[in-house]
Amino acid sequence: MADETTLWISDHLAEKVRAHGAETYPHECCGALLGRDGEAIDAAAYEKPAGSWPKPAREVLGLFPLINRRDDSPRNRFSVTAEDVRDAEKAASAQGLEVVGWYHSHPDHPARPSQYDRDHAWPWYSYVIVSVQHGAPQEMTSWRLNDDRLEFSHEGIEIRHRAAV
Amino acid sequence: MPVKVMIPTPLRPYAGKRDSAEFKAATVGEALTHLTTQFSDLRKHLFTEDGKLRSFVNVYVNDEDIRYLASENTPTKDGDTISIIPSIAGGCN
Repeated sequence: MADETTLWISDHLAEKVRAHGAETYPHECCGALLGRDGEAIDAAAYEKPAGSWPKPAREVLGLFPLINRRDDSPRNRFSVTAEDVRDAEKAASAQGLEVVGWYHSHPDHPARPSQYDRDHAWPWYSYVIVSVQHGAPQEMTSWRLNDDRLEFSHEGIEIRHRAAV
Repeated sequence: MPVKVMIPTPLRPYAGKRDSAEFKAATVGEALTHLTTQFSDLRKHLFTEDGKLRSFVNVYVNDEDIRYLASENTPTKDGDTISIIPSIAGGCN
């Protein structure tokens, strides 16, 4: 992916992702990011940024928290079944949205994708990772798998106060 | 009437932005071969280098998981719908 992309998320939803990571610590949390891709951001809904508004981007407008299915190794693995994916897609569709990505936590590890993350990743989706250190959520990052599947590209996150979500 | 293959959102950029494609195919494997021949960029996202379906790629024929049928040898008939459904996995080390 040549250009760095940007994921927009409200402060409220970003806080929910962090809280989910703290809640399941020392296990990994996981969930779906519901939103819109490639449409103009509804500027009026957000607190006004200092700079100019970006081009059409990806925007998270809802979450679909899921249960980590990896009972055998929940501290360093998460798994979302095909049935969970279908449920998340239905939930998104019911709100006029689509599943634009997935979030998970890295308990006591940095918010960087692992080799295991890369081996199991799909292209296009945004993969949000929140680091949870000693039970306290820390850095949150977002990543997208490159077309060649060899690396993730960093995706910027714009966390802003949004009136409705 | 051929079989219809539903393409999941994350793979549509590699399939000319299409959400489905139709092929004449007697098995699931044949349909997937047609799909990845027509859209060669899809191949590495669906199959490993040695040609096996990736573990997080789930294939259904009319809502039946092919792992519980005959995998890629599962027969198809005209009018069947093949769905490719992601499963998602990861972890911190």
